[in-house]
Amino acid sequence: MSNKADLKVIPNPTMSTSVADVEAGLSAAGYIASRQIAMAIHLACHLQKPVVVEGPAGVGKTELAKSLAQWLQLPLIRMQCYEGLDESKALYEWKYGKQLLYTQILKNKISSVIGESDDLGVALGKLHQFDDIFFSRDFLEPRPLLKALDEPRGAVLLIDEIDKADQEFEAFLLEVLSDYQVTVPEIGSVVARLPPLVLLTSNSTRDLGDALKRRCLHLHIDFPDARLEARIVTSRVPGIDPRLLTQLVSFVQQLRQLDLRKPPSVSETIDWARVLVLLHTEVLGDETVRDTLNVLLKFEADIAIAQNEISTLTHRARREAGVA
Amino acid sequence: MSVPESGGAPASCSTFEPLRRFLDVARGAGLRISSAESIDAIRALEVVGYSDKAFLKDALGLVLAKTPSEKVLYDEAFERYFRREGFSWAGDEGADPQVAAAPASGGRVLSPLAQMLERNDRAGVTAAVEGAAAATGVQNIRYFTQSGLYSLRILRQVGLRELEGDIEALERSGNPEDMTRAQRLAGQLQGLREAVRTFVDVQLEMFGREDAEQFREERLKTARLSGISQRDMARMRALVRQMARKLASRYARTRRRRLRGQLDVRKTMRRNIGWGGVPFVTHWKQRKIEKPQVLVLCDVSGSVAEVSQFLLMFLYALNEALTDIHSFAFAGSTIDVSDVLDRQPVEEAITSILDRIGFQSSNYGNALAEFEDQWMHLVTPKTTVIIVGDARGNGSDPRLDVFNRLSMRSKRLIWLNPEHPFSWGTGDSDMSRYMPFCSLVRVCNTLQHLDRAIGDMLKQQS
Repeated sequence: MSNKADLKVIPNPTMSTSVADVEAGLSAAGYIASRQIAMAIHLACHLQKPVVVEGPAGVGKTELAKSLAQWLQLPLIRMQCYEGLDESKALYEWKYGKQLLYTQILKNKISSVIGESDDLGVALGKLHQFDDIFFSRDFLEPRPLLKALDEPRGAVLLIDEIDKADQEFEAFLLEVLSDYQVTVPEIGSVVARLPPLVLLTSNSTRDLGDALKRRCLHLHIDFPDARLEARIVTSRVPGIDPRLLTQLVSFVQQLRQLDLRKPPSVSETIDWARVLVLLHTEVLGDETVRDTLNVLLKFEADIAIAQNEISTLTHRARREAGVA
Repeated sequence: MSVPESGGAPASCSTFEPLRRFLDVARGAGLRISSAESIDAIRALEVVGYSDKAFLKDALGLVLAKTPSEKVLYDEAFERYFRREGFSWAGDEGADPQVAAAPASGGRVLSPLAQMLERNDRAGVTAAVEGAAAATGVQNIRYFTQSGLYSLRILRQVGLRELEGDIEALERSGNPEDMTRAQRLAGQLQGLREAVRTFVDVQLEMFGREDAEQFREERLKTARLSGISQRDMARMRALVRQMARKLASRYARTRRRRLRGQLDVRKTMRRNIGWGGVPFVTHWKQRKIEKPQVLVLCDVSGSVAEVSQFLLMFLYALNEALTDIHSFAFAGSTIDVSDVLDRQPVEEAITSILDRIGFQSSNYGNALAEFEDQWMHLVTPKTTVIIVGDARGNGSDPRLDVFNRLSMRSKRLIWLNPEHPFSWGTGDSDMSRYMPFCSLVRVCNTLQHLDRAIGDMLKQQS
């Protein structure tokens, strides 16, 4: 604690120098980050720690990883989690087919390798010279985790929806996340050439284990406020009329206040904005909204609730934008 | 004590001191912060520095707060601590700096504290008090009874005795000018006392909570379920959930161990005769895994009303932990509640069950008979039946015949009774009559009892 040199982090050439840099970099990649998000990325780079990103569906958790990879010009390696995901799908697998094929091919050549030696000991000795060829890197099929560690320039590793994986898998991740190394029994430990930047996303369908939480930074992304959402929409739908923008953002923000099963997320706002631009909408009318509401809301019951409120909501949205 | 206002790289341990203290405060506020996280917090501080409070808050929040509810606690703790509720003392505005330097008429040179008070040197006094606070270790304060003591210690440290000596000397001199100075000093001292006391109280609020929190949790684990106040409910719920999760994981482990087998040589050889005994296909010995089938009958009648909430809560948690469990609630009659527990969140499930049959007067005989009619087929020789209740049937027929059949059919019959054994069999309690049919009878009126009873049960199960 007292020795400062211990705490120094090995600088990464692409590493950000300040939070503002992160914000600028991400926005260049098309991702408008709030201050908290930028700070999380900044810290993750400096502390070399994975980030757990939590939040409702569609607030841009996965998008963050994509934009990050684009900005840092690192490969994005994505691992989608699901129930029953195990080591052989996440880490590595032996290429059984290739191994079998090679043994078949080599079968006929075996006599030439062993030569004329009649002694079993001599023959074994000759075979030993070939090491464990069948269990070498050539026969190893790297899966996302190993691939991420193997990238020479580092990588952005996205472990998507970790809450969907089993608890055992979570425990297995600990070695990867804290030391950036994995152990393949036949080969030994594989240490990351450059620690990848790891993002784990979770929809909080279940609580993550304490051990995992302790090793990660914890970022909670919520629905953005009106100003941030407007900026996000502008960056994604460049040609949008600012007055329409104000109206639609205001409408969506109000919609989220209603008691809905699934409130509209940012991605749905963007979709809706695209639809409205396509329809050449200038002023948000009840009729347009009613026709396009299914872009925003995905449940029948939610649509029914919103239908009753449409005129109030559109009225307020129009007033906020200053159109009659 | 003071937070350096300038940014830049922290250079020594002392720079981390405010952070270390904040971590204490945050722990007190209910965040779980391990030493690994403390180190991360320090590294985060190295990256962002103290210069921008908003950045610092974001950065530390990322490291320390791991759930939305923890974020709220963290925000509160952060604001409370970094609002800089250090020592603040206004003093008397109308001070004349000229007078202060002058020695008293008797030639007595006033103490440094007296001089600062006369000059109304706020910065000086603040620095002195904060220094004294650090020296007396005010952050160790835990109980409100200590605040007087700590205030006095701090005042002594800054020179209370000397100041009182000065005031006394000035008063005794008889010089009218000195008399007014003495009065002014006495007034200033009074203000200082109050300011120090407030300061200590704030420290108490920040640092004194940690132990109280732990103490309360310990107490709750051993408190009788019926005597728990509404205020502690939320905490209790968290404890119950924690306990159930622990039980579930322990249970899952034993089950997995059973899955590993030994080579069954006999079967393997037999299977591989066709290949001349080369063991291509292996057979593994495997002990048959007995999935525990648990069936719980929970009394929710008026006589156990205080505890039934918790019993249901635990039933709910158990329902999450075990796969094969049937739950029933009964009072006058019996209803199947497995569905409710599966589908609804805990609060709603409990209220809906209690709404349906809660608080009726219990009739064990009737409840058992109903159970036999409708659900007896669920009981197999593998089933463990748990009955939770006080066995007080209000004088009704206990239907021991049904109970006997239930006992015969099931693998084990366990009775958890919230009453103390002294009162079993007294009044309308039929406990002593049911007892011979049970394979295990336990008192269960604290969380600890519940934990042990269920733990033992799972152990014998697997």
